[in-house]
Amino acid sequence: MNAPGHVLEARDLSIGYPGRLVGSGISLQLEAGEILCLLGPNGSGKSTLFRTLLGLIPALAGEVRLGGQPTRRWSRVQFARYVGYVPQGHVSMFPFTVEEVVLMGRSARIGRFATPSARDRQVAAACLESLGIAHLRERVYTEISGGERQLALIARALAQEPALLVMDEPTASLDFGNQLRVLARIQQLRDQGMGILLCTHQPEHALQVADRIALLKNGELRHCGPALEVATAERLAWLYDLDPDVVRASLPGLFDHRRRKIKHETE
Amino acid sequence: MVERSAVAASRSGPALLAGPWIWPLLLALLLIAGAIALLAGKFPIGPQDLLRSLLARLGLATPPAPAVDTVLWQLRLPRILAALLVGAALAAAGAAYQNMFRNPLVSPDILGVSAGAGLGAVLGIFLALPMAMVQGLAFAGGLVAVGAVYAIAGMVRRHDPVLVLVLAGVALGTLLGAGISLLKILADPYTQLPTITFWLLGGLNAITLTDLGYAAPLILLGLLPMVLLRWRINLLSLSDEESAALGLHVGRTRLLLIVAATLMTASAVSFTGIIGWVGLVIPHVARLLVGPGFSRLLPASLLLGASFLLLTDTLARTVASIELPLGVLTALVGAPFFLYLLARGGKTA
Repeated sequence: MNAPGHVLEARDLSIGYPGRLVGSGISLQLEAGEILCLLGPNGSGKSTLFRTLLGLIPALAGEVRLGGQPTRRWSRVQFARYVGYVPQGHVSMFPFTVEEVVLMGRSARIGRFATPSARDRQVAAACLESLGIAHLRERVYTEISGGERQLALIARALAQEPALLVMDEPTASLDFGNQLRVLARIQQLRDQGMGILLCTHQPEHALQVADRIALLKNGELRHCGPALEVATAERLAWLYDLDPDVVRASLPGLFDHRRRKIKHETE
Repeated sequence: MVERSAVAASRSGPALLAGPWIWPLLLALLLIAGAIALLAGKFPIGPQDLLRSLLARLGLATPPAPAVDTVLWQLRLPRILAALLVGAALAAAGAAYQNMFRNPLVSPDILGVSAGAGLGAVLGIFLALPMAMVQGLAFAGGLVAVGAVYAIAGMVRRHDPVLVLVLAGVALGTLLGAGISLLKILADPYTQLPTITFWLLGGLNAITLTDLGYAAPLILLGLLPMVLLRWRINLLSLSDEESAALGLHVGRTRLLLIVAATLMTASAVSFTGIIGWVGLVIPHVARLLVGPGFSRLLPASLLLGASFLLLTDTLARTVASIELPLGVLTALVGAPFFLYLLARGGKTA
């Protein structure tokens, strides 16, 4: 966490697969204690960008720096120690307990042939504690609610002791209450100094938690900046190929609220 | 109402029987199975004979009749050791396969290891090769079969990968079965065909201590990566992307474990013939008892698999006037259980 430089920096990145360029010219930075939210329609290249930033696929051109270090030669373990990845909550798994799931986050911190030690269990317990789900430790992961599963996966990522969290639609398929609970925990992690990159399909969530928002369309990153400046009705309309009035009508609370806020600030 | 709560209890996975006392229980089961196997059979031997023979070995009693000693230690013991070894190997391999293919319904049989090993061994018998070559061919056949299934599933990315794995395994198994049938027709009906038929039905009656001396090191070699990776293998039950993001070299780890599980299956099967279903059913029961964590699942599968095959084999040689093929008995238990799992899995999904 005390590494110099940006927690995450992408420089003129080209992403994609051999023979298929998905996006290019992508540059972004993320600092400790900051939430950057990526908005983009389906097929805009969000998943490919995430895979590239996580080192799961190589960048076609450009560079990903983590903590100021170029990552081209990083091993899987080095990535896992610096970046915690939180996938969308899923169910298709064997009935591991929540503690066992969280302990899997220790993988990059323990020897290749070792099993988790008492200290690893302490770390796992602390991660569960910090997310307010210590009571779920003995429960079976496949039997808890979707919101609890999402929090358990965040706890697993925290058990990696990363400086950066990358979250893939953390509020997808959650009910209203769980969405708000998960978002509150994400903000809490930010306040504790974690750098957080997430994507969502819900602009109101982005505005609720993000410090900065970046818009990704057709593999190009546009309008990366302070949340309120980027997520305007006009730009969201551009992003999702909608009419600005439709956006305003669909998210009335969002823009009414903002008008009041801007008015308040100018007074 | 009662039924529903029973189902709920059985689904709460690790909580079912996961006390530390499960281990003495499993060991006791193994010892009881061993004692039954030593005492059961056409030649009548009572518990007092067994006790006396054991004490005589320690110089504490006069030995029983020589025939008793011979039956106990030269006929029944090798076969018991074989059952323990093969049962443990098949169950451990099945547990590893299920974890790394993220599917509790996968087994060495379904991925074509057994069929591949079968074709290799039948080819070896057909070519009248020495035993070591037959075993080598069986191993190679098993490895090639599971490698092919895995490669096919890797190429087909549009469908559910688990479905593709199972379907590819079934298709390849049928193809290999056709090869076996062809060789059976071509084989000499008086010398080779009985050997082949007997081999394909599976059984422990022909196994000797020398055979065990060959098989045991190979099986232990296959067991070694599983023991060393007993915790890390759990990560393979996540999606590849997730486990890679957690720092695992997914491809390398899975390949090592596939080779290990295939080595265990193929070296067991090459001596005993095809004994199906152990690798599917036992890990599942073990998972219900101790949960999915592999460092508990592996020893539980080893112990349960050994006990199960020993009891089944004892049944096979005592229940009728002729010896029943072991593979037939394990199928009689395994196939209905598989159908039960399918029905139950459909409900939980």
